[in-house]
Amino acid sequence: MSDAALAVGEADELMNVPRELPLGTIGVHASGWWGMWCVIATEAALFAYLLMTYLYLDLQARSPWPPGGPPSLMLALPNTFILLASSLAVWLGESGLRAGSRMRALIGLLCGAGLGMAFVGIQLLEWKRKTFSFESELYGSAYFTVTGFHMAHVVVGILVLLVLALWSGLGYFDQVRHGPVSIGSVYWHFVDVVWLFVFATLYLAPHARSL
Amino acid sequence: MALRQDYRVPAIAVAGYDSPLATRLEAIWRTPPGWRGVLSSVDHKTIGIRYFVTAFAFLILGGLEALAMRLQLAGPQLRLLTPEQYDQLFTMHGISMIFLYAGPVLSGFSNYLWPLLLGSRDMAFPRVNALSYWTYLFAGLFIYASFLVGAAPNAGWFNYVPIASREFNPGPNIDFYALGMIFLGFSTTVGSVNFIVTLLRTRAPGMSLNRLPILVWGTMTASIANVLVVPCVSLAFLLLWFDRQLGTQFFDPRGGGQPLLWQHLFWMFGHPWVYAVVLPAMGIVSDGLPTFCRRPLVGYTLVALSTVGTMALGFGVWLHHMFATGLPAMALSFFSGASIIIALPSAVAVFAWLATIASGRPVFTTAFLFFSSFIVLFVIGGVSGFMTASVPVDWQLTQTYFVVAHLHYVLIGINVFPVAGGIYYWFPKVTGRLLDERLGRWNFWTMFVGFNAAFFPMHIAGLMGMPRRIYTYPANVGWSAVNLITSIGSLAFAVGILLLLLNIAVSLRRGARAGANPWHAPTLEWSTPSPPPQYNFVVIPTIASRHPLWEEQLGEVEPQRRSRLDQGYVLDQGRETLGTTALDAEPDVILKMPSDSYVPLAFALAMTVSFVGLLIQHPVVACVGVFLLAAALVAWLWPERQLAQTAAEPIEEAQHV
Repeated sequence: MSDAALAVGEADELMNVPRELPLGTIGVHASGWWGMWCVIATEAALFAYLLMTYLYLDLQARSPWPPGGPPSLMLALPNTFILLASSLAVWLGESGLRAGSRMRALIGLLCGAGLGMAFVGIQLLEWKRKTFSFESELYGSAYFTVTGFHMAHVVVGILVLLVLALWSGLGYFDQVRHGPVSIGSVYWHFVDVVWLFVFATLYLAPHARSL
Repeated sequence: MALRQDYRVPAIAVAGYDSPLATRLEAIWRTPPGWRGVLSSVDHKTIGIRYFVTAFAFLILGGLEALAMRLQLAGPQLRLLTPEQYDQLFTMHGISMIFLYAGPVLSGFSNYLWPLLLGSRDMAFPRVNALSYWTYLFAGLFIYASFLVGAAPNAGWFNYVPIASREFNPGPNIDFYALGMIFLGFSTTVGSVNFIVTLLRTRAPGMSLNRLPILVWGTMTASIANVLVVPCVSLAFLLLWFDRQLGTQFFDPRGGGQPLLWQHLFWMFGHPWVYAVVLPAMGIVSDGLPTFCRRPLVGYTLVALSTVGTMALGFGVWLHHMFATGLPAMALSFFSGASIIIALPSAVAVFAWLATIASGRPVFTTAFLFFSSFIVLFVIGGVSGFMTASVPVDWQLTQTYFVVAHLHYVLIGINVFPVAGGIYYWFPKVTGRLLDERLGRWNFWTMFVGFNAAFFPMHIAGLMGMPRRIYTYPANVGWSAVNLITSIGSLAFAVGILLLLLNIAVSLRRGARAGANPWHAPTLEWSTPSPPPQYNFVVIPTIASRHPLWEEQLGEVEPQRRSRLDQGYVLDQGRETLGTTALDAEPDVILKMPSDSYVPLAFALAMTVSFVGLLIQHPVVACVGVFLLAAALVAWLWPERQLAQTAAEPIEEAQHV
């Protein structure tokens, strides 16, 4: 078999010689970095199924969908920008840590968490203003399930950012060992990107259809 | 510099299992004795055995449920079981076998074997491994707890609405199933993530993708599929629970809901799951069979690609479970075509196995008998699947015993027979003792004859029009003879399983000593002592071919370039193993491995509390559970200096280094 001859030379010459290797959680060498990408894959699949369910019910609906016309963008659109800003804050914090500034990490993570809380607050306000509820009609069930799932992820993300801020404050990380902050950040960015899909499907698409 | 260790040049040494280094590693990796070790061990071998024993316990429970049903159906108009009891039994039989046995038993094999096959000291996430086991156990017990209140799930394992809706099923039966499946889905997902990262990160240097054992290809394919489809069924069950308990109408047409949505969500998960519980088992055969044919597997690359190809196609065939639901003809044609095409990768594998036997020098051990008979059963199950992939045939046969025959040929043929063969093959590695070959013959032939006697007549019952899931039948419809034969065959099959357990029990104490490599097998796990020490490898081996232990006799590799099993990285400063690059498996990082820990158990218990809270609809209990979950997670992930997760020194000083 030809594969044998191919890499053998490398085996002895490259693979089995003394060389300096990173020890433990250096940069994104941590296994957790790979684990988080797998978690993101399965979570992305979850949201794909959620949106698929929403669209399936939409396409099969016999009554108007959404019932009162397209949802208002008054709160949701600015809220989207707030969430994007939180991603920016977290990114600035994480890249600050990579550059060696623990203070920037702390500020970035706390600002990210703060903007996340603002998003949750505004979203709760929006929920309160809805004329339908979770169990009043099918659209309401779908709307609150999808946005509720997303909100749960935001809440988990805020807790992640706060714990990371605590650990940063305790001086656990520096420009070499920043793995947990990078891993937590990528989760937060994912939660924000997912919102764009939720926002496009639940808010923008009904407007586009009624144009 | 000495304080702050971010990089290290690991020592390279030549060392065997009787060296001082081995003694040192033994002390580093030892699990605490007694109950502490039982509750805290994160060793992949211990967890693999636990998975295996637990899966077999569920297999026996599911088997007893099946035997009760077969007694009820042995003759017409019997009154052994009430219809409600029968409903609960066939549902729990399906849940037990498909979710609590067939998947987890393969996780048992893979957990035990992967690090040994890959040349690593443990999985990438040892504590996640413990967590996936505990949550599997507790989810299984959660579902089985339904028997204690006399309300086991009763709407069949695919649980269609509206029979699973609150209106027609007001008891807690379906709630046990719905919440239990979400719980189990968590276990499956974290276990799958662990397999994926383990594959990408912890292969020995030189073990490139084209040198992986097929079992690894199978489990990897299954794991990727699980990561992508488990959320689908978890969502389906959550929405069903919303409908049942919180007043939504996702599946209720009176409120605009869609009953067919349930079927879509269930089968978009369900069909890939079927492949997830057979592809690793086919991998067991692809790796075990060549050992007993005394030659490498024919068509390694094609078999590996057919494994992946089967799964890829498997994402696009779920509608063939729904041919009779009135979907548009265009959709039916497409999914019928996709289902038929799956025969191609399956045939590639079958011909590869046949060619391996035909061109090898077969040694007729019990393991070989199980592996080779599996091919026969796979072909029979494959042909009946191919038949029902055709829409008109399916319309004729759906919901009859023909489908029951098909799925048992597929699941028992492709899962249980390779698992039994795998037990005979790897038992000496795990325990240090061989299973008895004479008892093994009895074991095999009883299972093989019993299985075919039980399930082949079901094809006929189905063609005669006998519907599945009926608790009895009249005497004058001509189904009595086939049902009696099936019942007798299933008893014989059960005796065969009993002989397997008997052989294990006897051989554990009195089996012949196996030594490191009793079968003269080619793969890496056989280079370790039997049973392997907790640290697996004294030094991290370097791999130069697909068959590290057959290089001399195959003459594929020049002597000076062969795999090095006794020389490699030492890594003995705490629990350590080598991380390698994802594609080429070149040394990349020294991975610090966690010590034994109670946190995974605590996490799993907190999760159980949450689900019990949801089941009894007690918000306080559920919230306490979630709070404990969060606390356990923070404790788990708290950066540890010992694991080289924290900055060792204040950052100002580090900048001068």
